[in-house]
Amino acid sequence: MLDEIIASLFPDGHDVRCDKGVIHGSATLRSGGRMLVLGIADRTALGVDEAIRLSGHLLDSIGRDSGAILVLVDSDSQRMSKRDELLGLNEFLAHLAKALIHADINGHPTIGLLYGHSAAGALLATGLATRVLIGLPGADPAVMDLPSMAKVTKLSMEALQEKAKSTPVFAPGLSNLAQMGAVHMTWSNAASLADQLEALLADMPTAQDRRDAFGKERGGRLKAAEIAERVRDLALQVR
Amino acid sequence: MEDLRFRHPIRARASGARQSAIVGVVASGNLEVLVERVLPDAECAVDIKTAAVGFGEVWSAVIGDFVERYSPGGLKFSINDGGARPDTVSLRLAQAVRLIAENGQ
Amino acid sequence: MTAPLKDVTPAERARSTSFYEASARTRLELLLDAGSLIEFIGPEQREVSPHLKIFDLPEQFDDGIVVGHGRLDGSPVFVAAQEGRFMGGAFGEVHGAKLTGLLRAAREIGSIPVLILFDTGGVRLQEANAGELAIAEIMRAVMEARTAGVKVIGLIGGRSGCYGGGGLIAGCCSALAVSEPGRIAVSGPEVIETNRGVEEFDSRDRALVWRTMGGKHRRLLGAADVFADDDVQDFREAALELLGLVGPFGLDRLKAEQERLAGRLRSFGACGDAVDIWTAEGIADAQAVPEMPADQFIALANRIGRTSRDAR
Repeated sequence: MLDEIIASLFPDGHDVRCDKGVIHGSATLRSGGRMLVLGIADRTALGVDEAIRLSGHLLDSIGRDSGAILVLVDSDSQRMSKRDELLGLNEFLAHLAKALIHADINGHPTIGLLYGHSAAGALLATGLATRVLIGLPGADPAVMDLPSMAKVTKLSMEALQEKAKSTPVFAPGLSNLAQMGAVHMTWSNAASLADQLEALLADMPTAQDRRDAFGKERGGRLKAAEIAERVRDLALQVR
Repeated sequence: MEDLRFRHPIRARASGARQSAIVGVVASGNLEVLVERVLPDAECAVDIKTAAVGFGEVWSAVIGDFVERYSPGGLKFSINDGGARPDTVSLRLAQAVRLIAENGQ
Repeated sequence: MTAPLKDVTPAERARSTSFYEASARTRLELLLDAGSLIEFIGPEQREVSPHLKIFDLPEQFDDGIVVGHGRLDGSPVFVAAQEGRFMGGAFGEVHGAKLTGLLRAAREIGSIPVLILFDTGGVRLQEANAGELAIAEIMRAVMEARTAGVKVIGLIGGRSGCYGGGGLIAGCCSALAVSEPGRIAVSGPEVIETNRGVEEFDSRDRALVWRTMGGKHRRLLGAADVFADDDVQDFREAALELLGLVGPFGLDRLKAEQERLAGRLRSFGACGDAVDIWTAEGIADAQAVPEMPADQFIALANRIGRTSRDAR
């Protein structure tokens, strides 16, 4: 599936490779420019070893190249292991996110493309650390899976599924994340991905984080934008 | 969850200058009490949201005792309860009255 | 009843108050200069979570976080303190948005630092999508603030530790102070055990939890620059120390962090346990580290000398 997506995105050529779940390379855009491509594939868990490779590729590139950065995402959750936590996984994931955010606000607009699964810390360090997160039909992100939720909340799966009909706030799925403002748009599988990528690059939103405003517009997060704005205003008055 | 409301006439205004105070946290066996100086001097109100359903009479007795003992005139108490025992409730109410009796905002 | 307290100075009270045991409000009261806290959207505003009632769960008037402005040794600071006892200090929509708004203001002002008193299990399950997104927004806001020159200091020593997305936010901060009970990790012990089995991680083995995720290990790794004793005054002094040490953020910092973390993998990537890492650090009696008193441990950590200064 990854090969097809990359072929559809970059008909003008690329050297993107996937090695043990880590995607890295660059591609030629229709405009003639180049784009750095990173990502995590095959539902690989994002652990310290994967994260350090991704941040390494990114930091090698941003001093040298120009242009936008694409982050492809089909991951598991963060790798849940003693070794990863022992070595400070939180720092490795934060470091990757920081590098992406730094690149984005310094002339390398970042685009996340969620084409499979992702969850929890892995999503925070990849797709949710980009300026624009795009979903492909069939993507199935899950911040928290329902069986785990059922265990903690002591509610049945049926009860949770019933509640999920009335709110996008907790249940897994691309459309729920879109309604919350996390996913900017979902591309179509019917049209060429290259066309859709070119259209996005030609009309890239500013670097300002407007996800809370989208969440409000789409009815998924009614309070976040207003609360953040009120605190901001109060804080600016007090100085 | 269950909502309970109590209103009591009070003999005297509660002392102090603070307009509001908060004590406690919402957790299992614990509660928070927000107290505000917003009522006429001869009134007291206690609004409760509790996770433990069916204890209205216990609450009524605890609040009755508290009002008799502290004369919290002019105060409105808003409680979020995670299922605290009556002695914990009495303690938090007393702490709230003491805190709002301090000088300050 | 309060009369005996009148003779006690705020510093003495802060010294005798356990950071771990104290509430978020008490921590802020004793951490900041006396009486200096101005809270934004305080509990009297009743901005509670709009989602907990779906699950028939009690709300808290401040949604488990206090944000505001105060003074530290006379200088202005923005502060945020999570209440680890309410819903495990977890991030929900309102809870997270308060911190996001604070960081956005700090970025615009540029010169007022932010102290974040973490005490969190991560995302609040009942509003998981909103909480996850709030954490993403906070991470972005921390980095934008740091890029604008703001110092963002994390203080970690609460009963819920600093887990899940909280651990990622902590990783974005300019510097951290941590006490022994302040655990920092992404996956919690129970999460690892549930997903990978008790052979991978026995969550009931408290000694294992502390030495894998606890403050001493994080300090020895250089993930936290200051080790604080478990009292509020020590955290106040740690915050002041870190505010004096932290420099500006930029690409050079990211490259140094890449080196720092890659070096850690090279040096310790094959270690099976924290004790192996400490031994590899050159600590003769690594087994004794968990029982070591704070002053001795601080001397040891300073001698090992790992910090993340200028590399985070």
